[in-house]
Amino acid sequence: MSTTTNVPPSRWERLRDSYMWYSFKRDRTAQLCLAVFICMVIAAFASPLLAPTNPYDLSQIDIMSSELPPFWIDGADERYALGTDAQGRDLWSIVLYGTRVSLLIGFGAVILQALLGVTFGLMAGYLGGRVDTILMRLADIQLSFSTLMVAIVVGALVKATMGSAFYSQYAVMMLILIIGLAEWPQYARTVRASVLAEKNKEYVDAARVMGLRSKRIMFRHVLPNTMSPIFVISTVQIANAIISEAALSFLGLGMPETHPSLGSLIKSGFDYIQSGSWWITLIPGAVLVVLVLSINLLGDWLRDVMNPRLYKG
Amino acid sequence: MSAHAEAITDSHNPTPRQNEESADSLLQIRDLKKRFSLSGDFLDQLRFKGGKLVRHQEHVHAINGVNLDIKRGEALCVVGESGCGKSTVARTVMGLLTPTEGEIRYDGNRIDNLSSRQLLPYRKRMQMIFQNPYASLNPRMTIQQTLEEPLRLHHPDWKRPQILDKVEEVMRSVGIDPDWGKRFGHEFSGGQRQRIAIARALAVDPEFIVADEPISALDVSIQAQVLNLLMEAQQERNLTYLFITHDLAVVEHFGTRVAVMYLGTVCEVATTATLFDKPRHPYTQALLSAIPRLKDDRPQHIRLTGEVPTPVNLPSGCVFHGRCPHANARCKQEIPLLQTQDDGTRVACHAVEEGRL
Amino acid sequence: MALLEVNNLDVRFALRQGEVHALRDICFSLERGERLGIVGESGAGKSVAAFSLLNLIAKPGFIAGGTVTFDGQVLNRMSERGLRKVRGNRVSMIFQDPMMTLNPVLSIGEQMVECLKAHRRISSKEARAIALDKLQQVQIPSPETRLDQYPHELSGGMRQRIIIAIALLLDPDIIIADEPTTALDVTIQAEIMALLLDLCEQHNVGLILITHDLGVVSQVTQRMLVMYAGRVIEQGPTREIINDPQHPYTQGLINALPQMATPGEKLNQIRGSMPSLSNLPSGCAFHPRCDFINRADGQPRPACTQQVPEFVESGNCRVACHMVAEMLEDRRLKEETS
Repeated sequence: MSTTTNVPPSRWERLRDSYMWYSFKRDRTAQLCLAVFICMVIAAFASPLLAPTNPYDLSQIDIMSSELPPFWIDGADERYALGTDAQGRDLWSIVLYGTRVSLLIGFGAVILQALLGVTFGLMAGYLGGRVDTILMRLADIQLSFSTLMVAIVVGALVKATMGSAFYSQYAVMMLILIIGLAEWPQYARTVRASVLAEKNKEYVDAARVMGLRSKRIMFRHVLPNTMSPIFVISTVQIANAIISEAALSFLGLGMPETHPSLGSLIKSGFDYIQSGSWWITLIPGAVLVVLVLSINLLGDWLRDVMNPRLYKG
Repeated sequence: MSAHAEAITDSHNPTPRQNEESADSLLQIRDLKKRFSLSGDFLDQLRFKGGKLVRHQEHVHAINGVNLDIKRGEALCVVGESGCGKSTVARTVMGLLTPTEGEIRYDGNRIDNLSSRQLLPYRKRMQMIFQNPYASLNPRMTIQQTLEEPLRLHHPDWKRPQILDKVEEVMRSVGIDPDWGKRFGHEFSGGQRQRIAIARALAVDPEFIVADEPISALDVSIQAQVLNLLMEAQQERNLTYLFITHDLAVVEHFGTRVAVMYLGTVCEVATTATLFDKPRHPYTQALLSAIPRLKDDRPQHIRLTGEVPTPVNLPSGCVFHGRCPHANARCKQEIPLLQTQDDGTRVACHAVEEGRL
Repeated sequence: MALLEVNNLDVRFALRQGEVHALRDICFSLERGERLGIVGESGAGKSVAAFSLLNLIAKPGFIAGGTVTFDGQVLNRMSERGLRKVRGNRVSMIFQDPMMTLNPVLSIGEQMVECLKAHRRISSKEARAIALDKLQQVQIPSPETRLDQYPHELSGGMRQRIIIAIALLLDPDIIIADEPTTALDVTIQAEIMALLLDLCEQHNVGLILITHDLGVVSQVTQRMLVMYAGRVIEQGPTREIINDPQHPYTQGLINALPQMATPGEKLNQIRGSMPSLSNLPSGCAFHPRCDFINRADGQPRPACTQQVPEFVESGNCRVACHMVAEMLEDRRLKEETS
């Protein structure tokens, strides 16, 4: 107890004194990445306000002004700063809308993964025994299916039973479901590993001696102490989910072209690279790379900060 | 391995009536055994031996037939070296481990086979203090939350002011300023954390406390503070302690009676004064002579030879015979039983029984 | 001149909260074959002291001042190359955790041979013979087989014996042992301490024993230092300090031991706990926990809270305490007047 005052520090003071804040203040990369990431999130979710045109509104699309180049190239139209795509949509607008869809899917899928993975990992790690065996074998099986396989199976099933119109209408939901289902084992494994470490600590024994139920011990005592690895893995998983979405859309298993995401934009422009209209693919591609890179670098920083071997709370 | 297990059951032949002192006992441990499997699940246990697939199991024999009685109001100290099973006894008594064999009775009722719901009323009466104050407080909970939790669980009818009053009272009683309640465990020193852990145990007003090496992780000057606190609490609240430690100097000061354990068995039970005055079992004698005392210049300790056997492959006969200077052929074959001496001390040693020692 | 002399050693740690003074004004000396104990609670700086002797302090720590002179050479101004010739060769260390020294993937023999060959130009066969001899000296049963075993195959007591054998390998002049028996059971601890004592006496090796256990220090060492919050507060012959401690902290530490109290009675505790090094109290670092900050007449002694006490000679001991200084001064004045 180094402090002599009896006034406990507030949450804000704790944050200010924390190692996390200290390391953030000294890490230029992390600051830049957070700034870029926040800007992109704000821009994406404010796209109806920022975008000059609404790509979902067919009346605003002019097929005559298709394949216009961005402003720094001769022949650009001043109405379209980043040029237009093959259908004459304003690239700036569809990139904004597309980023929003990609982020939505990324976050949604990670929330689903986390819900499934944390619950299963917690149960497997804390309860052990048969529950552990069953859940972890399930995770192994799930991991041996790639995201692509899950997407093909789910896509085929939904399209066969509900029709492809239904599928494209609920494509965002479908992708969240697919990526969420395909990648929960990552969470489950991480959480299980740290639960196994926490479970043997004496505060868990103390809670058991007190007579608390397993459920309460799991969620009130063990879970909050496994949050650090969950945060770290979440950053990686968001980046992965965004890439998965792009990959699936590119392969035609994800978002339809009428409903732009970064992946479907890259796909729709891909055919025009040869004909010289490279910007239709490369601009959304660059946005994807910057987004994923900034998330991954933030994740690296977070991992360094929360590394329990370097950082002792 | 199995041959050994049989030998123990045969020779011990559990008869609860064996003990005359059971009448005023708060806690009775009868023929308690605990084995831990080392072999993993069924698939891991399969081995190829001589061209055949056989199931191979290995166990750690943590405790092998322990009989102990804890009388109301006393502090029974269990001493022994690491791996002797003293912590396993404590954890089994508290229901953190289920015994492989044997019975635990609290206030006359069996508690070792109860479900966690059935155990709940006993949880209020028996509490535990742990060794490592750096691990026994949840790092994500404030002290206030830590202390409120048991009260909310065991007194669901209490109103908030009542709970707050109780938390404040119990914090004062262990010498922690109640104003510090909003702080987290890591903001306190080791000694203060151990006080908070004691406060958590005392919050539900238990009558029996199991303390598993509560001071061995603390500094010398802090050990004295915590030991004093435990003794004060005993006097004020009329507590009964099961005190696990490896430090005989603490036992001499704190214990009413002492049980010395070696490799999962109890080798001697005596009142503290008798044990320190006249240790009977050769292991107790060696243990006592090994305490580094301040006053004598050169230690005259009994040098034990040999290594402590592993609890995986227990030696036959007396578990101590490999290191015992008085062992003979009988010690290597026959397991000694606890036998009551004239002064009430119970010793498990053939040499003592035969009068060789 | 003594074999090892430490003068005004000052060690600091550059942390993000600022610079922390881990050791201040450490002075002591060790003669050839002498056994010295350094006693203190966790946070007193005793392990830092041990590490700084061989300039082994890891970043962010550094030696900010003072000298460590070993056999005429100033160790803390030596090159890393020169230091390596001293470390392990003439001064060896024993740590609390044997696994810190033992490499888990090499056999005991390999590690010992490697260590020998790093410092001496000898064949593997000769090195193995020396290793075997040392293992016999530490009384390990069947030393031949131990040479080919791996650390994880041995028990804790056995590993610590091996560590002692490795420490003795190059016939050092000094062994620094940092809590060598803390992780061991009492009976094993007694065996290891007796062994260490015998070996040091036989080979005339100096020993610096760092421990929190006053019992061990009183049995093994000839002189001792008591440390508190990064400073030495009392030093002198072990028996004199144990039998007649002068500094209130040393007194408190000894009196707090259960063996000093009547069974069942309250123990004589020291209140409070050791301050953190980054936030030391003014004046004497012990004054918030001290019962003697008032003079005999009940008036507070301002020096205790304002001034860091200097060492005073009291008999064979040196004590850093205002109260002791005052008592000695009073006595001197009385003798002068009479």
